[in-house]
Amino acid sequence: MAASSRAQVLRLYRALLRESQRFSGYNYRTYAIRRIRDAFRENKNIKDSEKIEELVNKAKANLEVIRRQVTIGQLYSTQKLVIESPGNT
Amino acid sequence: MLLWRRLAGLGSGRAPRRLRTAPGQAQTQTQTQPQAEGPGPGRTGDGDGALRPLYMDVQATTPLDPRVLDSMLPYLTAYYGNPHSRTHAYGWESEAAMEKARRQVADLIGADSREIIFTSGATESNNMAIKGVARFYKSRKKHIITTQTEHKCVLDSCRSLETEGFRITYLPVKNNGLIDLKELEAAFQPDTSLVSVMTVNNEIGVKQPIHDIGEICRERKVFFHTDAAQAIGKIPMDVNDMKIDLMSISGHKIYGPKGVGALYVRRRPRVRLEPLQSGGGQERGLRSGTVPTPLAVGLGAACEVAQQEMEYDHKRVSQLAERLVTKIMSEVPDVVMNGDREHRYPGCINLSFAYVEGESLLMALKDVALSSGSACTSASLEPSYVLRAIGTDEDLAHSSIRFGIGRFTTEEEVDYTVQKCIQHVKRLREMSPLWEMVQDGIDLKSIKWTQH
Repeated sequence: MAASSRAQVLRLYRALLRESQRFSGYNYRTYAIRRIRDAFRENKNIKDSEKIEELVNKAKANLEVIRRQVTIGQLYSTQKLVIESPGNT
Repeated sequence: MLLWRRLAGLGSGRAPRRLRTAPGQAQTQTQTQPQAEGPGPGRTGDGDGALRPLYMDVQATTPLDPRVLDSMLPYLTAYYGNPHSRTHAYGWESEAAMEKARRQVADLIGADSREIIFTSGATESNNMAIKGVARFYKSRKKHIITTQTEHKCVLDSCRSLETEGFRITYLPVKNNGLIDLKELEAAFQPDTSLVSVMTVNNEIGVKQPIHDIGEICRERKVFFHTDAAQAIGKIPMDVNDMKIDLMSISGHKIYGPKGVGALYVRRRPRVRLEPLQSGGGQERGLRSGTVPTPLAVGLGAACEVAQQEMEYDHKRVSQLAERLVTKIMSEVPDVVMNGDREHRYPGCINLSFAYVEGESLLMALKDVALSSGSACTSASLEPSYVLRAIGTDEDLAHSSIRFGIGRFTTEEEVDYTVQKCIQHVKRLREMSPLWEMVQDGIDLKSIKWTQH
């Protein structure tokens, strides 16, 4: 595997966001999307390749967690919240 | 494949589950009638439109963080061994997980993992700490100091110790909810064995001066116990920095599972406890009973996540709290925030709306899950003893609402809550004859109410 390229990081970022959109619970969904955006934004200027590698691995692990938890959430989903309406997040 | 799974589920006689995806995704659903009674999966009624209220009661409990659930599931499915089984891999892997969780809890508070005892929750931890220390040293020490705003389990433990012959001093608090350090110093007696003061109050959110209390107790060689259930993972806690000897931790206040907690018991200098629960000697003999591995793992994961997210969460919660309070107070007059403005955890906001009955406001705000005091005292009709302790007027105490903001609370939820709150407060005040009188300039305290 080549050292984490910009393209790879962006691919991960998009995959994380895409997967998080599938959370059926409003609070989990909004938190995941917000946290991912903020975390990537916070680390966008890191230059040290070791640190980048570490963060990329963390992101990959989190992606797996999100995948599993999205599935579980869908199995046990319930009604929407009062502020969720078509068009809202 | 999904259809097959759902049909297989129908065949086993369980309530059918409807697969739901986030809005915007293609919906694959079979319209089967939900069989289950009451709330739960399978009861998703698109038709009946019963939308769920927003959750703004995080002091009562918190949802599980998905990362925590993810860490627990293997131990609820494949790795089900008893961590105290010494002779096989099931036991060893379970024990390894339990010890890892112990380390994670210890890291959050700056302790050694040998100082962490898993319990069934903060109530058990509080009972263990207070009764355990008191009874161990009872031959020479018979006095305990605590405050009037402690959690019910602390106050009740003290009350039961009184029947055993101990003397308890319940320190009053100032109007801002904080204890007076001079009064604390004055309360010490030659035979004081323990001081118990909670770090963050669950009803009004005030943060006690733990550093100072720890100093005072250390000087006088008295053990210091703190109920940190609401503080852990939200504000930095260090048992050595703060000179804490015993600390109660609750799982379900930090996005961990319900039914688990921990007690930190200092080893240097050693704190001795008389165990409450007898049995096989697990947890250093202080708390016998099989440690529930999945719950302990969940608690550990919750602590680790909390440590990583503490700064981020604190910043967000502070912003949202500021937003909520500013918006409400700018729109609605005669609102009092209970508890000190400065020394508090921002995510717990207790507001009293004058001339509005708290219960009716809560009922009106049916789309938001809120509380008017702590869950453990909500069964009785009395206003909260915490509000009484800070000197709140009887009528204001009845009009208080507690707003909880947590990791998963969104700006939208805060705005919705604020909007509904303002709307209903105004409406209820319109209907209130007391409000009318106040508007006319009458001083309510000067009214002589007639007896009927």
